[in-house]
Amino acid sequence: MASELIVNGRPHRLPDDPRVSLLDYLRHDLGLTGTKKGCDHGQCGACTVIVNGLRINSCLSLAVMHDGDQITTIEGLGTPEAPSPLQRAFLAHDGFQCGYCTPGQICSATAMLDEIANGWPSDASASLEGRFEPTGEEIRERMSGNLCRCGAYANIVAAIADVATESDA
Amino acid sequence: MRAFDYRRAHSPEDAARLTQAPEAMLIAGGTNLLDLMKLQVETPELLADIGRIGFAEIIDTDDGGLSIGALATNTAVAIHPRVRRDYPVLARAILAGATQQLRNRATTGGNLCQRTRCFYFTDIDQPCNKREPGSGCGAIGGVNKLHAVLGASDHCIATYPGDMAVAMAALDARVIIGAADGQQRSVPVRDFHRLPGDTPWRDNVLDPGEVILAVELPAPLEGMQIYRKVRERSSYAFALVSIAAVIAVENGAITRAELAFGGLAHKPWHDPRISELLVGSAPSAELFDRAADLLLESAEGQGDNDFKIPLARRALHAVLAQVMEQAA
Ligand SMILES: Cc1cc2nc3c(=O)[nH]c(=O)nc-3n(C[C@H](O)[C@H](O)[C@H](O)COP(=O)(O)OP(=O)(O)OC[C@H]3O[C@@H](n4cnc5c(N)ncnc54)[C@H](O)[C@@H]3O)c2cc1C
Ligand code: SF4
Ligand code: FES
Ligand code: FES
Repeated sequence: MASELIVNGRPHRLPDDPRVSLLDYLRHDLGLTGTKKGCDHGQCGACTVIVNGLRINSCLSLAVMHDGDQITTIEGLGTPEAPSPLQRAFLAHDGFQCGYCTPGQICSATAMLDEIANGWPSDASASLEGRFEPTGEEIRERMSGNLCRCGAYANIVAAIADVATESDA
Repeated sequence: MRAFDYRRAHSPEDAARLTQAPEAMLIAGGTNLLDLMKLQVETPELLADIGRIGFAEIIDTDDGGLSIGALATNTAVAIHPRVRRDYPVLARAILAGATQQLRNRATTGGNLCQRTRCFYFTDIDQPCNKREPGSGCGAIGGVNKLHAVLGASDHCIATYPGDMAVAMAALDARVIIGAADGQQRSVPVRDFHRLPGDTPWRDNVLDPGEVILAVELPAPLEGMQIYRKVRERSSYAFALVSIAAVIAVENGAITRAELAFGGLAHKPWHDPRISELLVGSAPSAELFDRAADLLLESAEGQGDNDFKIPLARRALHAVLAQVMEQAA
């Protein structure tokens, strides 16, 4: 059994205590405090990270369950000097107020754009087959796992729509 | 969270062996169990992680059906080409539940075994016969908006909260269950969950040391497939009432009507009399009213949840409207 997990391209040792959630492991053990703890119960999405290409709530996972997994956090998506397209768009559109939900929103949206590109349907899709357009309705449904207490939703959706249509072209 | 030992199981038999003791539990995606462990509603001393035992495949069966491995995630099932084409009610039910982040972790076995969302069950300071046998039921006479109107008992009025299993009940799928000695048994989804009776701590028919291996869907059924979920907001909420329906209409008459209901009981509710009533008749508001009469014959509100009785009837009419529209 591998006793490491890979975070933003770097291997790290698993914690000894199996109780440590992936979220606490990232924040406390690795000091990657970009990933936020909102509810700690899977309800808010502030803790969203990308594991082996899929977005998940890191609060409802144990770090030890992820040996060998590839984990990308907000720190792995871009830097202040070289932001990712979504990071740039959130700035351009004021896609936040306090910013607490933002890392989760951006990790979530990053994976969501891949899901649309891969032809995954959502509850808002009229048909289960075909190509899914990043309409406002689709984006809102697909991002429903990321709450924003500041209510910056309109700008969040605008930022994501911008990048979605850009990468479409 | 209480301290526990963590082991990775290497096979279902291994997992079954590790969880023969009552203090041991299986963990798959962890999205329900870890939530409850943080609340100390669940306090296992040993967790057997089945995340890497395999059994995540979705494969065609010899009779034209589909076998969904217990570790297949909700996402993997909902995006599978055959599920989308042949079992759209299942894809729709899954997509109507939780969020993409949760569905990416949630597994088929874990989803079937997810526990009730009763507020008293999840608050260890409250009485609850399901969590602590004999302590009483806080929900009876308490806050019970989410609770059951069918099949409840004096000991527990909780509902099974999931969506996926409601669609599987309409499709008459089977749960394949394995034990430590490699023996297997299979149970219809319709009989997998139990009514609370006087043993509400048992949600389903699994015995300690049994592991769900797969869910088998029968060959696809002709007809329209509909999943209708009524909830308090348009996304990311548990069902107040849900209906999974496979309905075929030929020459103006219903030739198949397999319906299952979520949010009403301790299990996905399936009443064979509804199919008997509907098949052979032309779909009409009057006919669906009679179906609702049958469904709700023994329904009993608990106060806060009285609204579920008329809501179930309205939801059934909304399904009828969809059928008429699609049949036209
Ligand atoms: C905020 C939130 C919203 C949600 N909304 C919805 C919703 O709208 N609709 C819905 O249906 N669900 C919803 N869910 C529930 C979610 O679908 C479940 O948490 C998930 O399906 C559980 O799967 P898991 O693999 O993570 O299970 P785990 O948490 O790993 O396990 C759950 C239980 O199943 C047992 N178990 C797991 N696998 C097996 C197996 N193979 N054999 C025997 N026992 C097994 C475990 O021992 C445990 O008791 C929601 C959850 C959250 C946190
Ligand atoms: S309804 Fe069932 S789960 Fe809820 S408090 Fe009563 S016994 Fe517990
Ligand atoms: S902190 Fe994980 S979902 Fe809220
Ligand atoms: S910006 Fe404050 S919570 Fe979203």
